[in-house]
Amino acid sequence: MITWLRRNLFRTWWDSIMTVVFGYVGLWVIWTVIEFVFVTGRWEIIQVNLKLLLVGRFPDELMWLVGASLTALAFWVAAVAGGSKIDLNNVQTIPQRLFDYTRRFGLIVALAALLIFLAADIAALLLAFQVLGAVVVGRLVGLARRKVSVLGAIPSIIWHPMLGSPAIALVLVTLMESTLEEWGGFLINFYMAIISIVLCFPLGVLLALGRRSSFPIIRLVTTTYIELIRGAPLFVLLLLAGVALEFFIPPSIAPDAIFRGVTVFTLFTAAYLAEIVRGGLQSIPKGQTEAGKALGLSTTKITYLITMPQALRNVIPAQIGQFISLFKDTTLAGAALNILDVLNVGTAITKQQDFLGQGLIYEALAFVALLFWVGSYVMSRESQRLEKRLGVGVR
Amino acid sequence: MSSLPSAPAKVPIWRDVRVLRWLFQIAVLAVVGLIIYWIWGNYQTNIERSSVQTDLRFLDNPASFTIPGNDFDQSSPVRAAFVQGFLNTIQVALVGIFFATILGTIVGIARLSKNLVVKTIAAAYVEVIRNLPLLLLLTFMNLAVVLQTFPRIEDAWKPLDLFVISNRGLAIPWFEGSAGQLSLLVLAGIVLAVIVVRLERARADKVGRPSRALLLGTLALAIVPVVGWITLGYTWTLPFVDGRGTSGGLRLDPSFFALIVALVVYTSSHIAEIVRGSILAVPRGQGEAADALALSNSQKMRIIILPQAFRVAMPALGNQYLNLIKNSSLGATISYFELTQIAQITVGNGSPAVPAFTLTLLVYLAISLFTSLFVNYFNRRLALVER
Repeated sequence: MITWLRRNLFRTWWDSIMTVVFGYVGLWVIWTVIEFVFVTGRWEIIQVNLKLLLVGRFPDELMWLVGASLTALAFWVAAVAGGSKIDLNNVQTIPQRLFDYTRRFGLIVALAALLIFLAADIAALLLAFQVLGAVVVGRLVGLARRKVSVLGAIPSIIWHPMLGSPAIALVLVTLMESTLEEWGGFLINFYMAIISIVLCFPLGVLLALGRRSSFPIIRLVTTTYIELIRGAPLFVLLLLAGVALEFFIPPSIAPDAIFRGVTVFTLFTAAYLAEIVRGGLQSIPKGQTEAGKALGLSTTKITYLITMPQALRNVIPAQIGQFISLFKDTTLAGAALNILDVLNVGTAITKQQDFLGQGLIYEALAFVALLFWVGSYVMSRESQRLEKRLGVGVR
Repeated sequence: MSSLPSAPAKVPIWRDVRVLRWLFQIAVLAVVGLIIYWIWGNYQTNIERSSVQTDLRFLDNPASFTIPGNDFDQSSPVRAAFVQGFLNTIQVALVGIFFATILGTIVGIARLSKNLVVKTIAAAYVEVIRNLPLLLLLTFMNLAVVLQTFPRIEDAWKPLDLFVISNRGLAIPWFEGSAGQLSLLVLAGIVLAVIVVRLERARADKVGRPSRALLLGTLALAIVPVVGWITLGYTWTLPFVDGRGTSGGLRLDPSFFALIVALVVYTSSHIAEIVRGSILAVPRGQGEAADALALSNSQKMRIIILPQAFRVAMPALGNQYLNLIKNSSLGATISYFELTQIAQITVGNGSPAVPAFTLTLLVYLAISLFTSLFVNYFNRRLALVER
C-alpha cells in the first residue's frame, strides 16, 4: 500500500506538490458537480420541458412513428454489429460478457433510465423495452447470417440495404410527416445525423475511388470538389444553403430547412470521408491488387471484392470519428438555419415565463451536454474497442 | 507448315480500352458540366426574376452598422467591414492556435504522467471536452459564464488589481504606445534570439557541453523589446473601472473572450490526443537511451522525446489548426464581429447573399491554403532527412 502510494503519487517532491494541488482541484470539481446535480440544481425546468427538449412539439398522434423508427434503427444497428466477423466474444464466460456489456452500454442504459424517470410515463418504459427487444432480435438475425449458410450467401451489398431500408424509410417518414414548426429537440439532431451518415457513405466512397482513379479528368473533378469543401467552414456553407439555395435550384423544389441541413451535412462529410477512405485504400499493399489481376479479375471486381473491403475495415475508427463529429455538428444547423434543435430549445426554455431570469441556463445546457456526451462517448469507446480488435497499427 | 493464327486484327473501336476510357471520362465530364449548367441557368433565371445584384458592387455601399472596439463607423463601405472582419478572424486564429497548442501539449504530456492524479485529471478533461459539441461550449461560455456568472461592471472582480473582469469584458494590463514600434522591437528581439541560439548551439557543439540555447534565446527575445520600450520612454497601464466601462490596459470584448476560451478548450482536447499518440509513437529505445545517458526527466522530454514526437504530430496538428480557423466562424453565433458575422449582417442589410457568401468562402479557402502551405513547409523542415 505504502509502496503503491509512493510509486503512483509521491515519487519526488515535485510529484507530491502536483498530487496535492491537482488532487485538491479534482476533488473541488467533483464536489461542485455533485452539489450542482443533487443540491443546488433546479431540475424542474428539465422535467417540465422534457418533451420539448427531446422531440419538440411533435404531434402526439404521430408519436408511434418516433417509436417505430427508433425500434427499426436499433434492430439494424444490432444486426450489423452481430453479423460482423470481428466480434469474437465467444471465448468469454457469461459473467465476463455481462461485465463487458455493462461497461460498453451501461451509460446508454443509465441515460435511458434517467429519461424514463424524468418522463414518469409508462409509454416511455414500453418504448425502452421495445427497443431492447429489437436489439436482441437484431443480434440474433446478425448471428443467424454467420451461422446459416443460406443467409450468409446473400452478398453484403443486398443484405445491409435490406435490413437498413425499413429504418431509413421510417426515419425519413418521421422527418417529413410533420412541419418544421412542430419539429424540434434532440430527435432532430439524431435523425439529421443518421440520414446524413447513410447518404454520405456511398458518396464518400465514390469520391475516394475517383480521387485514386487512373482517369485524369475524374481525378481532377473529385479532387477539386474534395479540396473546395474541406477549405470551407461548415457554418458558412449552412448559412449559404439557408439564404441562397433557392437561387441555384428551381424554387418550387427548394427543400425545407431540415433537408437543407441534411444536404449540406451529406456533401460536407462526404468530402472528409473520401479522404479517410483514400487513406484506407493507400494502406492496402500493392500485392493485393496484383494477386487479383493474376486471378484474372476485372478492375471493378478487384476493388469491390479485394481492396475496398480491406480499406473500409482498416479505417473504421476514423470513419466513426468523422460520424461523431457530424453528430456534434448538427447543432450548427440550429444556429444557421433556425431549426429548433436541442441546443436552441435548451436556451429557449430558460426564457419561458415560469423560468425567466432565474439563471437556469446551467441546468438547461448541462442536460443538452449530457445527451451529446453520452452518445459521442459511447461511440468513441466502441471505436477504440474495434481498433483494438482489428489490430490497426499492430500488424 | 501451318501458319500461326495471324496477329489479332485491329481491335474494333468500340472495344478499344483507350477509346473507352476517354469516352467514359468525357461522359462523366458531360454530366458534371450539365449539372453546373443547370445550376448556372437556374441562377440566371432566379436573379433575373428577383433582380438582385450579382457582382461585387455592394462592397462600396455604406455598411450602416458599427463594429464595437474600433473606429469603424456607419458610413464606411462594406469593403472596410469585410477587411475588419478578416482581421478579427486572423486575430482569433492566431491567439487561439497559440494557446491551444500550449494547453494541448501540456495536457497530452500529463496524460502520460506517472502520477495517478495528474493522469486521471488529464484523461477526464480530454474525454469530457472531446465529446461535446463546440457550439455547446461556446453557448455555455457566452450565456452561462460571461453573461450570467461574470458580475456587472459596478462590482467587477479585480484579481490582484491587475485584471478587471465583468460582463462587459475582460481588461488586462497592456503596453502603452504605438503598435508599430512595438512590432519593430519584437522583430528585432526575434532576430537577436535567432542569432544567439545559432551561436550558442555552435559553441555548445564545440565545447561539448549541453546547450543553453532555449534559455538564452528566450532572454534575448524578452530583453530587446523591454529595454527598447523603456529607452523609448513608454510605460504600461493597469485597467481600472471608469464609470460604466474600463480605462487603461487592453479591453477584450466579452464575445472575443468567450470565443477564444471555447476554441482553445475544444481544440486543446484534440491536440492533447495527437500529442499523446505522437509521444507513444516515438520508439521506446529513445527514452531508454536518454535514461542510460542519465538525462533528467525534463531533459529527456525536451531534447529527446518531444522533437521527435512533433515530427510525427505535425500533419495532424496542421489539420487541427485548420479546424480551429474554420470553427472561428461560429463567433457569428455570439455576435463576435469576425468574417462570417460581417457577411451575415451585410446580407441582412440588403447586400446580395450569393456574392457576399461566396466572397466569404473564398477568403476562408485562401486562409486554409495559406495555413496548409505553412504547415507543409514546417513539415518538410522537421522531416527526417533520409539518405
